Amino acid sequence: MASSIAENNNEIGLTRADYFGEPTTLCKGCGHNSISNMIITACYEMNMAPEKIVKFSGIGCSSKSPAYFLSHSFGFNGLHGRMPSLASGALFGDTSLKGIGISGDGDTANIGLGQFKHLVRRNLPLVYIVENNGVYGLTKGQFSATAEKGLSLKRQGVNIYLPVDIAFEALASNATFVARSFAGDPKQLKEILKAALSHNGTAIIDIISPCVTFNNQENSVHSYSWGKGHEDPLHEIEFVPPRDEITIEDFDKGTIREVALHDGSIIVFKKLAKEYDPTNRNEAIRNLEEAVRNNWLITGLIYVNPDSKNLIEQCNLVDQPLNRLPPDYLRPPESTLEEINKKFM
Amino acid sequence: MTEKIVNDFNITFSTINGSGSSTANSIILKALFKMGIPVSGKNVFPSNIQGLPTWYSIRVNKDGFLGRVERDDIIVEMNPETVTTDEDHLNDNGVLIYNDQFILPKFYKRILSYALPVEKILNECHSPITLRTYLANMVYVGVLVNILKIDLSKVNEALDEHFNGHNSAIEPNLQVIQASFDWSKSHLKKIDHFFIKPIIKTQENILTDGNTAAALGSIYGGLQFISWYPITPATSLPESLNEYLPILRKEKFSGKNTFVSIQAEDELAAVGMVVGAAWAGLRAMTATSGPGLCLMSEYLGLAYLSEVPLVVWDVQRVGPSTGLPTHTSQGDLTFSYFISHGDKEYPILLPGSVYECFEFAWRALDIADELQTPVIVLSDLDLGMNQWITPKFKYPDTPINRGKILWEKELQEMLERRNGDWGRYLDIDGDGIPYRTVPGNNHLQAPYFARGTGHDEYGRYSENPDVWERVHLRLQKKMGKALQIIPNPIEDENEKATIGVISFGSSDLPVTEACQILRQNSIQSNYLRIRAIPFNKKIQDFLEEHEKIYVVEANRDGQMAQLLKMNFPNHNNKILSIAHSDGLSLSAKWISDKILLNEG
Repeated sequence: MASSIAENNNEIGLTRADYFGEPTTLCKGCGHNSISNMIITACYEMNMAPEKIVKFSGIGCSSKSPAYFLSHSFGFNGLHGRMPSLASGALFGDTSLKGIGISGDGDTANIGLGQFKHLVRRNLPLVYIVENNGVYGLTKGQFSATAEKGLSLKRQGVNIYLPVDIAFEALASNATFVARSFAGDPKQLKEILKAALSHNGTAIIDIISPCVTFNNQENSVHSYSWGKGHEDPLHEIEFVPPRDEITIEDFDKGTIREVALHDGSIIVFKKLAKEYDPTNRNEAIRNLEEAVRNNWLITGLIYVNPDSKNLIEQCNLVDQPLNRLPPDYLRPPESTLEEINKKFM
Repeated sequence: MTEKIVNDFNITFSTINGSGSSTANSIILKALFKMGIPVSGKNVFPSNIQGLPTWYSIRVNKDGFLGRVERDDIIVEMNPETVTTDEDHLNDNGVLIYNDQFILPKFYKRILSYALPVEKILNECHSPITLRTYLANMVYVGVLVNILKIDLSKVNEALDEHFNGHNSAIEPNLQVIQASFDWSKSHLKKIDHFFIKPIIKTQENILTDGNTAAALGSIYGGLQFISWYPITPATSLPESLNEYLPILRKEKFSGKNTFVSIQAEDELAAVGMVVGAAWAGLRAMTATSGPGLCLMSEYLGLAYLSEVPLVVWDVQRVGPSTGLPTHTSQGDLTFSYFISHGDKEYPILLPGSVYECFEFAWRALDIADELQTPVIVLSDLDLGMNQWITPKFKYPDTPINRGKILWEKELQEMLERRNGDWGRYLDIDGDGIPYRTVPGNNHLQAPYFARGTGHDEYGRYSENPDVWERVHLRLQKKMGKALQIIPNPIEDENEKATIGVISFGSSDLPVTEACQILRQNSIQSNYLRIRAIPFNKKIQDFLEEHEKIYVVEANRDGQMAQLLKMNFPNHNNKILSIAHSDGLSLSAKWISDKILLNEG
């Protein structure tokens, strides 16, 4: 093997390209694509064998994305809001596999909130990523449950409901790993993904991933003028204007940062302080509460319980994969049935 | 005096829900069974934990007709609330056995009755106050043993088995039974004419319920993954799995489990986990009833399109909606047939006995794997929760069939044979059933992306009209294979027959008996019991061979008749629906009356 090639190989002899998927069909500039890229990078850098990973998703823009990374892994694009149950069954097939689930804010916080919370309380070993943009994309721009109160969307008017905070919901359900990040902050995201892939249990990552097409405010002067300037009537929802992805420079821990989106709205990120102890659940809840009151979005690893026991570990299963068990493991001998018949006589 | 009636009568125990009568009733049932007499036990109970009236009926029938009868020969009245109304169900010459604390209405004087000094006997036995409500039921056990001539040693055996030999539990019960027996011997003069005599009709049989049978059949079918949500009348199926899986399916040397059982948060999740597990190569099933099946509809569509083999047991109750949660019905047939939106078809198995609950349970797992599609099994409350005499469970006579699964070696061989051409949804054999790989297969070409969206033969996303139609037409071909492997109908042929009768599931017993009543009324019938859908040639032939076919079932709309008419429109004018739904299983009398009326 030529050394130049070998240099690009990771420790198991694979190149980054070996972790690619099909070309994306999401909007240009969509934050979900950068999340896919970070998953590719994290798996590549962590020397994970693609055949040892299984991908899951629900329904929505986010849930299409598992097709765009890890072509050499099995995957199942399931039902809207019901990915947790699908993964909960599938990961018992061969418990040496690692699960990555991709969901969206509608998929998780609206239709799938029940399954989400039960997944979390069972602590299935699964990295559960919410690509959170506060809006329904495939149905052309309705509010999701994570949309902030007062947000206004073109055809929906003003959102009058308070949002569901995914990190809060996860913590309330006794999550063992809760993180939040931003699709435009690849460095932090990669770190969190790696931590999540190493976690022994359900790892919830709420990733703010702005929708470049629908989550803009009709009454925003910037948005309006932007549309005018490009002669892009925003009412024409079939036309999807190409835009640059939103990125931010890395910023110091413990600081607050305002990030301007394309449409002029602002997301405030507060990075957690260096001395923050993510294993302290009380602190995690206090920080989340403080952030809600101040209209911040805290990012980073919010909570982790490194000693948790996952669902599979509690099932006392045989060592070999269940889906490879031979028939004599599955059908008890005839003598046992004779005993049972006797019992009923 | 009226002639003796031996081994042919119906006893109903009228009690209060939660009073602990089920132990007493099941002990009598088991003792009769142990005496070789065909018996069935049916519980008619309210959706309630404690306080409402509940009835348990034991039918004793030397000829083995064990369906529900509409009237009672013996009523054991332990509920003061129903004492004035139960008498309506008592046959002439029937006998009432009641707690002497109850005041009988005046008109009761005309009927035969025995008053039981329940309080007195319990006092004499010094029965603990805390157990009195419960032990009161043992008084009627002892009295019945004496007046019907039930073998007391068989009662003891049944009691011993019921309490797994725990003397501390057996003793107080036995004491009351013996005291009541003795009291009855010295104080009661036999005025009724019902007798039990040992015969040898049940020696090769067992006594159990359909949900236990289904659980055991699944275990012998290699079930590896069960996810479920509690719902009457299905709950005892997964609970039986939880009882027997740890006994039967642990790895010998390590004691570790070869199975997984998860109680889900709802039926959406239960079936979702099953789809996931089955997709990952585990034998997987869930058990539910109508309301749960409604919730599973979405996932069953996904499993159909993504070709995931799984088994869903629907232990039917009366719907729609919450309906009558503790009462039986065969009303989920058309729903199961059409479940989920879009074009789709599922094999449906229709066990007609507890024995078939066992057999169809292991077969269903094979059929699902062979066809790579969801299989629905329709049982019902009557079959699932009531005690039935049934032939001993027979060990599966065919090896576990996992269908077309490719592991690394087989996939490599196939790729070499076919110049690298393999796709998850490629119909290589021309039978509509592709080859599948499952997660954990380390071959580089094994993985694919499963989805409920349009896809081509290689699992790639596609909205191409030709691709969609091609894949969907190929799926239809699977039903051709299904016809070869699903259970055949059973035909009871009669050369002199003038009419045909069709039924399915738990209606088999009353229909068989109804055919006998028809014969006694000079109407000869051929009887066909459908055991699975899709309908095969034998069913079509039966329709062709008869001028008039009565389709008998326990639902309002005549759902089996509807499906037959839809599938065989040429025979529409010959098919007559005999359908009825009131929460009780059909009775032979109702069926035969209906047919007799129509036959003039």
